[in-house]
Amino acid sequence: MKRFLPLAVLLLAALAVVASLLPPRYQGEYDLAAFSRLPTLVNGRIKPLDTVARTSLLVLQGRQSVSTPEGRSASPTEWLLDMLYKPEVADTYATFEIVHPDVLTLLNLTPDDGAGVGKKRFTYLQVSKGLPELARQSQLAESVEPAVRTPFQRAVIQLRDSVILYQRLQGSLLAPGVPNFLEQLAHFDTVVPAGLAAVRAKQAGQPHDAAAAKALLELSDAAAALESTGYLLPIPPVGDRGVATGWRNAGGALRASLESGQLNPGLATYAGLGLAWRGYQPAAFNTLVHEYRAGLDRDLPGFMGRCDVEARFNSAQPFYTAMLLYVVVFLLAVFSWLKWPDELGRAAFALVILAWVLSTAGIGVRMWLEGRPPVTNLYSSALFVGWVAVALCIVLERLYRNAIGSVTAGLVGFSTLLIAHHLALGGDTLEMMRAVLDSNFWLATHVVTVTVGYAATFLAGFLALLYVIRGVFTKSLDAPTADALARMVYGIVCFATLFSFVGTVLGGIWADQSWGRFWGWDPKENGALIIVLWNALILHARWGGMIRQRGLMNLAIMGNIVTSWSWFGVNMLGVGLHSYGFMDAAFWWLLAFVASQVAFILVGSLPLSKWRSFSAPAR
Amino acid sequence: MLTTLKDLRDLLVSLKLTVVLIVFSIILVMAATLDQVNLGVWVVQEKYFRTFVVFWKVGGVSLAVFPGGYSIGGLLLINLLGAHIYRFKWEWRKLGIWFAHAGLILLLIGELLSGLMQQDFTLRLDQGQTKNYSESFRNIELAITDTTDPKFDEVVAIPERPLARLETIQHPKLPFRVVVKTFFPNSTLSMRGPMMGAEAPGIATQGVGPQVIATVKPLTYKEDERNIPSAYIELVGAEGSLGTWLVSPALEEPQTFTAAGRTWKMELRFARHYRPFSLTLLKFSHDRYAGTDIPKNFSSRIRLTTPDGRDDREVLIYMNNPLRYAGLTFYQAGFENNDTTTVLQVVRNPSWLIPYIACGVITLGLLLQFGIHLAGFFTKRRAAA
Repeated sequence: MKRFLPLAVLLLAALAVVASLLPPRYQGEYDLAAFSRLPTLVNGRIKPLDTVARTSLLVLQGRQSVSTPEGRSASPTEWLLDMLYKPEVADTYATFEIVHPDVLTLLNLTPDDGAGVGKKRFTYLQVSKGLPELARQSQLAESVEPAVRTPFQRAVIQLRDSVILYQRLQGSLLAPGVPNFLEQLAHFDTVVPAGLAAVRAKQAGQPHDAAAAKALLELSDAAAALESTGYLLPIPPVGDRGVATGWRNAGGALRASLESGQLNPGLATYAGLGLAWRGYQPAAFNTLVHEYRAGLDRDLPGFMGRCDVEARFNSAQPFYTAMLLYVVVFLLAVFSWLKWPDELGRAAFALVILAWVLSTAGIGVRMWLEGRPPVTNLYSSALFVGWVAVALCIVLERLYRNAIGSVTAGLVGFSTLLIAHHLALGGDTLEMMRAVLDSNFWLATHVVTVTVGYAATFLAGFLALLYVIRGVFTKSLDAPTADALARMVYGIVCFATLFSFVGTVLGGIWADQSWGRFWGWDPKENGALIIVLWNALILHARWGGMIRQRGLMNLAIMGNIVTSWSWFGVNMLGVGLHSYGFMDAAFWWLLAFVASQVAFILVGSLPLSKWRSFSAPAR
Repeated sequence: MLTTLKDLRDLLVSLKLTVVLIVFSIILVMAATLDQVNLGVWVVQEKYFRTFVVFWKVGGVSLAVFPGGYSIGGLLLINLLGAHIYRFKWEWRKLGIWFAHAGLILLLIGELLSGLMQQDFTLRLDQGQTKNYSESFRNIELAITDTTDPKFDEVVAIPERPLARLETIQHPKLPFRVVVKTFFPNSTLSMRGPMMGAEAPGIATQGVGPQVIATVKPLTYKEDERNIPSAYIELVGAEGSLGTWLVSPALEEPQTFTAAGRTWKMELRFARHYRPFSLTLLKFSHDRYAGTDIPKNFSSRIRLTTPDGRDDREVLIYMNNPLRYAGLTFYQAGFENNDTTTVLQVVRNPSWLIPYIACGVITLGLLLQFGIHLAGFFTKRRAAA
């Protein structure tokens, strides 16, 4: 019976993975899936509306679904449609996450006014009353240098930015303060000629239709307003639609339409979609979406595939599934030390491979979408660190078959994906590369190698943690296991030395190419150098016989601190040419991590007689 | 006595010393990184790496607190060389280690050389402007030019040191003495308003001096700021003082005066280094990603010409693609004036190739070393199985 356990576990997990990859199903009569795949240009990249909806929600409130006042959960696309076409309804959704009590006070709110679990989400209606005060406070906060802002000042600026994003998103297709804007657009062919005639008549001093002239004036005002606020650039250029230049927001397209007297077909579609959405006409909505989509497919064969894949990738959330799998892996592998080592161990190993294949696919899709090597920003570096570490774990587990590789894979895989999840809250993770970073060659060589170095150093540290925990707190660390762990850590440290050194050096060469010096003692460079030095220190201390197993483990745990410092800590200093990855919220997490590692080193420094595995009488 | 020497030798070639030195370098690099929050990277390099001893100011006293980069690097070099010479024994297995360490020695020497020989300059070019010189980042000079002959200028440039020491300079080409009355290493200039009666009367009597007031500022070490010095210069001719001028790089134009029947121009400027070729900015481009302000690329299209006419061509300098010419490297460093001025960084580093070679050698060594380890590991496993 238990012989089939590994196979059963694998099949079950594979089924769950396949289910997550199926196309998303939307309830209701509107074809939201088709709408969510329509392309738009935002932040320099053409992406499906689905991505815009999801990343905006992540930025505003840290999750991808919205609760409506009726307590229903709206999909990101539904929310986006309401934002674009029914702002009065969207304003009643709890879309702003505010946790700082002083910021709430500023807005005359208390946690009791909040919605959802934790009572920390608020509607735009609630927030909007305090906007003047928020603007004043954020101006005060802006005058302080970013590095020394208080948590309150950061929270104020963050909320101000969220409000701006929200307002700009709402100002994408509907001109504020223009009644019947969509109807006017729908009747563009009559409104504009009539308005032009009326204006000419007025200039000539003849009797004229004042209402028609006013309607035209309103349209042109709306064009100016929309052009300055519009966050989305969903209107493709009329000629070559594949290129990123020439995409316009609704205002720009409307201005051009007014100049030419011909309504831009893209704009006409979005106006029609709005009327259908506002007027509860699913059939009209679906026809418009399908016709527009067919037009895009006809004009740009092959181009829309990318948007389709991205929307599908968004809903599949492969990294989330992999994260859950790693939890199961960890539990299975730990239990394999207590009971059924063979069956549970093999089940865990099968799941490690499944989760790793899933992450590989996820990273592969991201690379294809972006046309870049795997690591382009902090978020993707977290994904890649986990991916490399788990790959090394798979090799270790293949060699040793003692579930240590699986436990570590579960631990590292889960933690790195969790870190990545939190880093994704900053917005779209497929961002455009700033000028100096815009080099696929160096991204593929320097960045990838140095990230492999980070991953290996972390892996050595996590293996050492297992050694200390099992040795001190359990009796399970027998001599063969201890020796195996020591060999693993030593091997991984060698691997880490090689990659962190080569990666750092390639960074120096890149710096020589782009900044004119091989080595500039910039914080990020120093961070990488410290990792190299640390690994070299471990190796030399080992070769010189200054440390043995336990010393090796403690130094490897220290490597966790060194690496986390280089990975995140130096970004928090906010100085130097590399400070593009600046972040501050994670500072306390970093401190907590460092403290925990110090604690483990202290535990690992206990005399061997206090270790449960070693104090026991000879086995 | 002999045993002491032997002990010393054993210490110098020991792995223990290596480990201690690595620990020291980690601490040094760490401290230097953290101090960058307070000091610019250039000062940090001088304070921590290009020195034998790191000093910290405690109260008003400078205390030697830690060995500097030269001490640690030097000892590491001795340790490395010593250990390899002392324990030399030919073995294939050690080839990797030798390569890695030989490369490391080369890298340390290369870093020392580039610290000693590397020079940085900056070159600012407006659209259409031609220059055959680049400027120093930090050093200034007082340039006094005889412009009487329209065919050529005769320039006397006085470097920073005598200016800062408030010396009196007598030069055979100048019919007057240059007396430095005041020198501010960093300063700010402001217009002297008609209402500001309370301030001290200026020393300057000539040129723009009477209208402008220079105020001393503390020295800045920030990366994105420059020290702007200014000085009050009195010129004393055979018949007595010609007046006192205020000079500063912050003044856009040189100040003109006549003395001994000739026409002169005087300005305090960042020290110029003339080159045997000239560069003309044809066009600076600043590309952004569509619909955003995220910079995609900066590039300068430049015409490179030499007086002998051997070189007359267009070059494109952009991110990750510098121009290497005549031992100098020109990098795109920035831009000004609404994208019409390009700022190039000019570096002379004769030892730039050393790190490339060193790193190749070390990488080869590490690959060999760990490859041998790995092969040994698998052989043992196979034997055990």
